[in-house]
Amino acid sequence: MSLRIVVAVKYVPDATGDRRFAADLTTDRDAVDGLLSELDEYAVEQALQIAEAADDAEITVVTVGPEDAKDALRKALSMGAHKAVHVEDDALHGTDVIGTSLVLAKAVEHTGFDLVVTGMASTDGTMGVLPALLAERLGVPQVTLLSQVSVEDGTVTGRRDGDAASEQLQASLPALVSVTDQSGEARYPSFKGIMAAKKKPVESLDLSDLGIDASEVGLGGAWSAVDEATARPARTAGTIVKDEGEGGKQLAEFLASQKFI
Amino acid sequence: MAEVLVYVDHVDGAVRKPTLELLTLARRLGEPVAVHLGPGAETAAPVLAEHGATRVLAADAPEFADYLVVPKVDALEAAAQAVQPAAVLVPSSGEGKEIAARLALRLGSGVITDAVDVEAGEQGPVATQSAFAAAFTTKSRITRGTPVITVKPNSAPVETAPAAGAVEALEVTFGDLARGTKVVSRTPRESTGRPELTEAAIVVSGGRGVGGAENFAVVEALADSLGAAVGASRAAVDAGWYPHSNQVGQTGKSVSPQLYIANGISGAIQHRAGMQTSKTIVAVNKDPEAPIFDLADYGVVGDLFQVVPQLTEEVKARKG
Repeated sequence: MSLRIVVAVKYVPDATGDRRFAADLTTDRDAVDGLLSELDEYAVEQALQIAEAADDAEITVVTVGPEDAKDALRKALSMGAHKAVHVEDDALHGTDVIGTSLVLAKAVEHTGFDLVVTGMASTDGTMGVLPALLAERLGVPQVTLLSQVSVEDGTVTGRRDGDAASEQLQASLPALVSVTDQSGEARYPSFKGIMAAKKKPVESLDLSDLGIDASEVGLGGAWSAVDEATARPARTAGTIVKDEGEGGKQLAEFLASQKFI
Repeated sequence: MAEVLVYVDHVDGAVRKPTLELLTLARRLGEPVAVHLGPGAETAAPVLAEHGATRVLAADAPEFADYLVVPKVDALEAAAQAVQPAAVLVPSSGEGKEIAARLALRLGSGVITDAVDVEAGEQGPVATQSAFAAAFTTKSRITRGTPVITVKPNSAPVETAPAAGAVEALEVTFGDLARGTKVVSRTPRESTGRPELTEAAIVVSGGRGVGGAENFAVVEALADSLGAAVGASRAAVDAGWYPHSNQVGQTGKSVSPQLYIANGISGAIQHRAGMQTSKTIVAVNKDPEAPIFDLADYGVVGDLFQVVPQLTEEVKARKG
């Protein structure tokens, strides 16, 4: 039977742009162009490799986000995913990670899965907890923060490099994995892939399709609130010297003046 | 007075410094109750008590080491039900954040991650966070349930505040998912003898300009003269010159030391995200246009292989 892989991805403001908050203290998605979160490219890549190693596999890429989030799905499809699901609803604006995990869980269940693959964190919210929340909601093992992953005979194995130790993990499918940026460079879409992606199916769903009440999501349904966002004051211009042979000594003098030595 | 749960990060009872910082923050919110899972509670208890823990809830079972994350969530959930705390504080490691998030969902509570400060507020704890590569500082709170907050290392001072800290047994019943992800083997990271990157007062980092794995000896020598941790930029890690565990930046560690010395690092957004909140920043780079100099309190434009060894010798000489 076909291995059903679902990759959850996020459409985020480009991290190299001048990201900021909107008036309601949600992420401003208009100020900076969006794209598929770089860390999710690793998830798509590992899903593709797992699918290639399997006899028969189908990859569905899922996102929750505004109209433009389709760009993230197209990127994943052009890399080689087979089809996409886009959950879009005006009521979703301002949804926190708890609410996002609810919507994704419903969308993943709607799609049907043996393996869910995610990145390690988004590049905008950067919390890194969505994979764990999704596993909790789906009631499947979490095999997360993997720098190496493989699937064989209904078992997922992977290596998790933590602060104190490197762990070899193992779980039975169905399961959820998250992969880090150490898992392997993501492929570039080929021209053929980009053309093919235009014809791949993208299913659009709203909250009612998933049986979610609008009160459970959005800014109003969030279980946490941002009360203030303040731009970090620009650092005051420091002293920059050109090394004329004494640069190291001058630096030592500065460190001594600041009582570091 | 309300009690506040503090999840203890330890190695066989040796309590890691971020947990002691959490006890400082917990005392602002109520009476700290430590939750110690795995072996070594009797070793940890006196240290936890000295830093303010009024009680130490302890549970030991092979599941904590043999299976990933979920057994610890089961235990913290049991502790939260027993104590009915005003808040739960967890160290912001990869595992800590996963535990906190699942706990929050089970408790019907919101979760805040990577706080750099926590204060008592009229509507519950107020957490300070950095956002968008530390370009913004936010203040947030939980609006539903028991606030679950993960806190980054170096966010609060370690303070002694002697309390009773008696060890009490915590009853834990593992759920169906506890044994879902087996830890088949564990290879401890080799100790370098240097401070932990996220906990260090001084961090000395190297980037693309270091030019090769063997050249990192220059960076390490400076670090050792200052008693510092060694960091590396993504470029250096991707090139295979230094381990990923030492990577500073968006996809690596985020550090906030008293002093950060960037050597041969241009200062791309991905790197700045991980070090921008350092108190004092020093940069050595041969490119006068490198963005890192915009952040630097002191910068030297020059060849790091000239400047850094000279600095190291000078530090050694001054320290005598």
